[in-house]
Amino acid sequence: MKFAFYPGCVSRGGCPELYSAANLVCDKLGIELEEMPGASCTGAGVLQEKNRLLGDILNARTFAMAEKIGSPIMTICSTCQGVMAQARHRMNADADYLEEINSHLADEDLHFSGDIEIKHLLWVLIEDYGLEKLLPLVTKPLKGMRLSPFYGCYIVRPTEALQTDDNPERKVALETLIEALGATLVDFEGKTRCCGFPILTINPKNSMAMVAKHTAEVKDLGSDAMVTPCPLCHLNLDGFQPKAASQAGRSIDMPIIHLPQMIGMALGIAPKDLGMKRHIVSTQKLELKLQEA
Amino acid sequence: MGASREDVLIMNVTIKVKRFDADAEKPESYWEEFTTEVADNATVLDALIQVREDQDGTLSLRCSCRSAICGSCAMRINGQGGLACKTPAVDAVIDGTITVEPAGNMPVIKDLVTNFDGFWDKINQVTPYLQPQGPEPEAEYIASNESMLHLSGVTACIMCGSCVSDCTVLEVDPTFLGPAALAKAYRFTADPRDGDEDGVSLDRLKDLGQKSGMWDCTRCMACVTACPKGVDPMDRIMALREQAMDAGLTNNNGARHAEAFVELVGHSGSLDELKLPVKTVGIFNVPALLSYVPVGIRSLRRGKLPSLFHKKIEGVENVRRLVKKLEK
Repeated sequence: MKFAFYPGCVSRGGCPELYSAANLVCDKLGIELEEMPGASCTGAGVLQEKNRLLGDILNARTFAMAEKIGSPIMTICSTCQGVMAQARHRMNADADYLEEINSHLADEDLHFSGDIEIKHLLWVLIEDYGLEKLLPLVTKPLKGMRLSPFYGCYIVRPTEALQTDDNPERKVALETLIEALGATLVDFEGKTRCCGFPILTINPKNSMAMVAKHTAEVKDLGSDAMVTPCPLCHLNLDGFQPKAASQAGRSIDMPIIHLPQMIGMALGIAPKDLGMKRHIVSTQKLELKLQEA
Repeated sequence: MGASREDVLIMNVTIKVKRFDADAEKPESYWEEFTTEVADNATVLDALIQVREDQDGTLSLRCSCRSAICGSCAMRINGQGGLACKTPAVDAVIDGTITVEPAGNMPVIKDLVTNFDGFWDKINQVTPYLQPQGPEPEAEYIASNESMLHLSGVTACIMCGSCVSDCTVLEVDPTFLGPAALAKAYRFTADPRDGDEDGVSLDRLKDLGQKSGMWDCTRCMACVTACPKGVDPMDRIMALREQAMDAGLTNNNGARHAEAFVELVGHSGSLDELKLPVKTVGIFNVPALLSYVPVGIRSLRRGKLPSLFHKKIEGVENVRRLVKKLEK
């Protein structure tokens, strides 16, 4: 099983632990990853505010590179997943638009066919790898751990571009994995809401209010940690949690773990190797639960 | 239910309704379950009306046209905003149950009936009528077919409040103008008859760029999913931002954020996470920059701070060329 790997900017910037954890997990599972060193940022939806065409061209460039490799794309970022899926959706629906975009890629001798599979590791594990293959490899079931899902907007909406209606298992992929790995699911309504990251520098007060709302809600439900497939959510929910807690005037102390870290723990990879020491909110209590499991 | 087919199938459904009465002695919301039989072509609204008629006449809800035109029956169905009359009951059943709550982000009056005063206040705040500036034409104002066709996407709004119900910003900040009012504002900024002779609505865009306006949207797309009429409120908010930047209204964090993003990707091909916030708040905005210092120190101590020397992608000249060509 091979993928053209698109790790995204944040996993090589503010969340390096995500990059190494994802590589460790895929290595252990035998999922082959080939990176595209020339692939650019997706634009994260922000570049698109100023120039959507430019954003779509940059993404088509990445798609064309993956087509050269001859494998579907795998991401480890909800935002990259969503932005790429939206770009693909626009090109897929309009042949003239696709042609216009390809005309900009010709200088580099690249061409995008108009359709390519783009899948987050979260979906790959369930749809391609399969739980029946994953579960026998679990050496450390997450028994006794109480985990809450947090998706990140771009892997949930809009459903059409993400093809969620054709693949309904995507709507509950995180919950499915949490329970399959032996942990107790602590479900909550905020799991598909916004983490506040996109307005962090624009309206910090609202952004912090969102962080506090979600993390405090799962804290009060007795969750041990939140699991997210989105490093942007992680930056805000983990990195800015102390600030959010102080704005909310309460203590929260809710560890936020990346999806590959959860998988890695269950596969017996040491938390240290999964980069848990790099988190702002300590994962120590969670690691104790893992030892007891 | 208008069942004229002979092969209508009947199913047993549990309707779980969140109930509330503001006039009760102790106003508290609570869940109540009703089991009812509905036909396979029934809508969620049909099922609710059936419950009201057969089981509990005090169950309160708004409805009128039953055809997704009047916008009265917006509510949360299985946690998602939408019209009860446009949602087939069969599609809404999860493990035998349909869960129904009043629309979010609005005060509840009784059961599924919410107070729309705040909704209308915000629509009024965006001055929802044409404001042409400059000399009056000799005859009528002319608008191209193309521009009106484009606007028909926004005028499809039936003011049902589904988008407002699910807005993730309104959940934490009730002062936010919100998706319905901002989409309504776009209906005027995009109208060639509004604003100056070139159809640029500069004053509106200035107003909409203030706090609680267009730049406070998080782009979470909840409104896009909730809207039953395909208005895509968030896309209209993004279009407002583009209009504002095109009109030169770039002296704010939101516009600087988008411009810096293009600039940074155009330089190295990937995102420089350290430079982005600095460029967004402005290098001379010392208080804002200082507010990031504690986070920076915590990140540095955990080995999480992105490198000061941002790496360029391979063949970055190709991305630079594209950005230069398309950002004229």
